Amino acid sequence: MKILIKGGRLIDPANQIDDRMDIYIQNGKIRALQTSSPKRSLKDLTEYVLIPADDLIVTPALIDMHTHLREPGQEYKETILTGVQAAVAGGFGAVACMPNTMPVNDNQSVCSYILSKAREARLARVFPIGAISMGLAGESLSEFGEMKESGAVGFSDDGRPVMNAQLMRRALEYAKTFGLPLIAHCEDLHLSQDGVMNEGPTSTWLGLRGVPAAAEEVMVQRDIQLCQLTESRLHIAHVSTAGSVQIIREAKKRGLPVTAETAPHYFSLTEEAVVGFDTLAKVNPPLRTREDQQALVKGLRDGTIDAIASDHAPHSPLEKEVEFDRAASGLIGLETALPLTLQLVHKGALTWAQALAKFTVGPAGVLGLEGWGRLRIEGPAHLTLIDPALEFEVDVQKFRSKSRNSPFHGQRLKGKAVLTMVDGRVVYNHLNPNLE
Amino acid sequence: MSFSRHHLLGMKGLTREEIEVILTTAESLKEISFRDIKKVPTLRGKTVVNFFHEASTRTRTSFEIAAKRLSADTVSLSAGSSSLVKGETLIDTGRNLEAMNPDVIVIRHSMGGAPHLLSRFIRASIINAGDGLHEHPTQALLDLMTMREKKGHLQGLQVLIVGDVTHSRVARSNMIGLKTMGAQVMVAGPPTMIPPHLEAYGVEVGYRLEEFLPRADVIMMLRLQLERQQQMLFPSLREYSRFFGLHPGNVRKARKDVIIMHPGPLNRGVEIHPEVADGPYSVILDQVTNGVAVRMALLYLLLGGEKK
Repeated sequence: MKILIKGGRLIDPANQIDDRMDIYIQNGKIRALQTSSPKRSLKDLTEYVLIPADDLIVTPALIDMHTHLREPGQEYKETILTGVQAAVAGGFGAVACMPNTMPVNDNQSVCSYILSKAREARLARVFPIGAISMGLAGESLSEFGEMKESGAVGFSDDGRPVMNAQLMRRALEYAKTFGLPLIAHCEDLHLSQDGVMNEGPTSTWLGLRGVPAAAEEVMVQRDIQLCQLTESRLHIAHVSTAGSVQIIREAKKRGLPVTAETAPHYFSLTEEAVVGFDTLAKVNPPLRTREDQQALVKGLRDGTIDAIASDHAPHSPLEKEVEFDRAASGLIGLETALPLTLQLVHKGALTWAQALAKFTVGPAGVLGLEGWGRLRIEGPAHLTLIDPALEFEVDVQKFRSKSRNSPFHGQRLKGKAVLTMVDGRVVYNHLNPNLE
Repeated sequence: MSFSRHHLLGMKGLTREEIEVILTTAESLKEISFRDIKKVPTLRGKTVVNFFHEASTRTRTSFEIAAKRLSADTVSLSAGSSSLVKGETLIDTGRNLEAMNPDVIVIRHSMGGAPHLLSRFIRASIINAGDGLHEHPTQALLDLMTMREKKGHLQGLQVLIVGDVTHSRVARSNMIGLKTMGAQVMVAGPPTMIPPHLEAYGVEVGYRLEEFLPRADVIMMLRLQLERQQQMLFPSLREYSRFFGLHPGNVRKARKDVIIMHPGPLNRGVEIHPEVADGPYSVILDQVTNGVAVRMALLYLLLGGEKK
């Protein structure tokens, strides 16, 4: 099949393209990119399926480098199928899924299982992240080599930190054999002990136990020192504090192989979202303060933060309609991550190219995803089309995710993905659902 | 004067006028407890459920007596006897109670926000009898009543709260209520037990109680929970009582008309020396007496009060 995406504004941050381009696609590959000319006759293009994109932004397909798909083990919250359905509806052509499933993805069998389910679903591409430690127990290394052979693109104990500094050191060293990054969930469990929200004025008055910013920052600093020691690639997950941004900025200045991501809720909400004991706003690391939000945006702008990831964490009412202390942490984000980020673009805090880089070349670079994050002639046609003017109200009932735990329900946002294409196949089409 | 709230979830949000209505009503109902026949028919036919999901003697007994003096029927559930121990969720327990048509559910829970969660699923009035580290509004109201009774006013009163403020719902509710009523609040305690950002709320913060002792009209000592020692918040009971406790030595530096309060239960010899607890400045038992009056007032006001 031949497809022509015509007249859209192509923004490909990796190639520094921001221009009206026609994109010719054949057999799942990009055949040609041509400056769009309205005069060109369509007569000689009758064999092409035409996707008119005059008012749309076209970009390399978005990548969510931090997702929880819950399968295997917690299929009542999400399955690989519903997860990738949500992903493509959010504009993501690829997701990297965290290993805290049941059983834990700490071996090649679970990796292979996830990939076989993803192939069946045939929507977004799924890249598994393997566990750093067996069973996420923080005691011994899991089999990085075998997991890489089965498709893992990085390693993380996400959801919990590697408290043992020696294990973290060894993991960083060992990962060098296979050229894959470690993704660190930075939290000192002694400092965050029993904490359920940010430590600050709001926790003081709600009487909820606080997690100080330092609980994250001391571990960011520790892992950066270990990165320096081992010269191995380190990626800091879900950065939430101004202090972490500063530490990472300085590490990058020193030339260390460190990268970082944040999530949209950290720059869209503050700790005040918890007032009223709203368990939908309970997340780890916790929502922070206005100053942290500003530092994160600055970090996105100056390149300290390489990627924006959803940290999509589905939970059912069983985990959320309970006492705040007892509620599970996490919120779903696949279907709101891009629109929330675009609010920064509308405000002028980020340029389009900066915002889209955090979902394309940024995560593709961290995870080393060949064929993703930038367009290349004869490369795979992974594309996302965005309507920058589309205004909508977030409605969790319309989400494709199996879960509904979003604190953004009811919020009005502007700009969303309207078409997602993977290998030249339209896997989501808001413009014309029949074409999917 | 009117009071139109359906629940009492915390001191936060209560207006000065509402607090005055509660205190004035409590003052007028207090007399009932001193009659020969300590019962009026006001709440006959109403049902009050005391749902105590955390241990309590004083508060639970106080609510029960308050309800009975107004002729309401009372039922008590405690953590051990409730089906929460069988794995039922709070919301389900609440809905089941609701299905039996109580008028008021008094809830004590070890987790902050539990009464708020319940209030979203239930029509009966909910009274927060202490939720986690969050609030204990009826304690604050009985404390305000006691201060007003002994000092004649709350506006401009200098109140010193001493001890583990971080883990005290009593302190939180009192700080909020006192600020609403125009009092000045000072807190003193080891920095390990003082939560951040109190100053932004207009609370003066110090570490040694001696800093504030000479100007306090009221000293409120907080209970030290002994397990805090394991949490690395203080080194030993001996040191705590020397530097953060109230004893005859430092009480001498207080005003001659000071009153000393404590929400109970007392750790005699830890945060408060027995001679001080039983001494002339102590109003600790008046607080308990006023607790019944305040709870009678709340039950009366929430169940319709003067609207009927």
